[in-house]
Amino acid sequence: MAAERKTKLSKNLLRMKFMQRGLDSETKKQLEEEEKKIISEEHWYLDLPELKEKESFIIEEQSFLLCEDLLYGRMSFRGFNPEVEKLMIQMNSKNKAEEVEDETVELDVSDEEMARRYETLVGTIGKKFVKKRDRANYEEDENGDVQPVKTKKMFLKPQD
Amino acid sequence: MTEAAAVAAESLAGSKARAARTVLGQVVLPGEELLLPEQEDVVRRCGDRLLVTKCGRLRHKEPSGGSSGSGGGGVYWVDSQQKRYVPVKGDHVIGIVTAKSGDIFKVDVGGSEPASLSYLAFEGATKRNRPNVQVGDLIYGQFVVANKDMEPEMVCIDSCGRANGMGVIGQDGLLFKVTLGLIRKLLAPNCEILQELGKLYPLEIVFGMNGRIWVKAKTIQQTLILANVLEACEHMTADQRKQIFSRLAES
Repeated sequence: MAAERKTKLSKNLLRMKFMQRGLDSETKKQLEEEEKKIISEEHWYLDLPELKEKESFIIEEQSFLLCEDLLYGRMSFRGFNPEVEKLMIQMNSKNKAEEVEDETVELDVSDEEMARRYETLVGTIGKKFVKKRDRANYEEDENGDVQPVKTKKMFLKPQD
Repeated sequence: MTEAAAVAAESLAGSKARAARTVLGQVVLPGEELLLPEQEDVVRRCGDRLLVTKCGRLRHKEPSGGSSGSGGGGVYWVDSQQKRYVPVKGDHVIGIVTAKSGDIFKVDVGGSEPASLSYLAFEGATKRNRPNVQVGDLIYGQFVVANKDMEPEMVCIDSCGRANGMGVIGQDGLLFKVTLGLIRKLLAPNCEILQELGKLYPLEIVFGMNGRIWVKAKTIQQTLILANVLEACEHMTADQRKQIFSRLAES
């Protein structure tokens, strides 16, 4: 009974996805190949001998960018628009790629600056651990250097 | 008909087809033929031959050296003078917004038709966050699509998504038109005019390759002086220019 049913089903129906899930991979491949043959036979092609493409060394260009090294179009002079001045340096150095080295040197902080920063840093963090009474002493000497606490106030016995 | 055309072609070939190297710096006229298998511009290829299509001086640039030893050859082009701009892909131009329709702005760039600029083509623009662009604003952008078959399209953003100075140009200032050749001259790498201008007083300039220049200085008088100087310096010799600049520097 099942064998009889298979022969009666049409080709289009067999190509549908739900019918192909039960098939083996081999039969699937065969069906695909048949489909490809049908499609490729329908394609049109010219029955001419192969023409060699002439090698051309000439390329046509419309824009002037290739011809002349033009600068970037936005400019600002004497600090009128600082953002545009930054852009000018960026865009013009993209063409030359010389200034990139200079910029990296400036980014590094010099050793002297680091030492100076650490000096004041010690004082500011030191304030954190000082008790309330002693903070008054700290604030008096705030010229830049932080001097340590001078004398602790002790209990003074009244004299009679 | 085909015979007549063939004869015409032969007679053209008979007239001198000069080697481009010999013609460098000289004026060439449309219809002249050049011989050289290298890159070209403003010169059209006709089958195997090179024909000049614009009149002007023939210029040449040697290929910049680099890692590639056998890179492409040099560039030849015709340095001509014209006021009418033809949109070219990759050019930075100044445009005036003429209309807002739906999702795009229509921008007049001086070409045969207005260019379209999508509102998403600005840095940081999303569907909810629209750019603040009104009709009549000045826009500095570049062309993404520009050929004779389609309407030109421009954007104010580069391929990485950054603005790089493009977008709406700020308030005040003055926009005026000059020839295309002057723009190229002013944007050349070592332009004396710009260096001298920069020494006069603080100012900001934007050059559009479509022949439009926008200038801004602190006072209206200075702005007008700038505009007049830039328009006039095309026809002045170097001496006249220096005279004018020295007079301006004194005042």
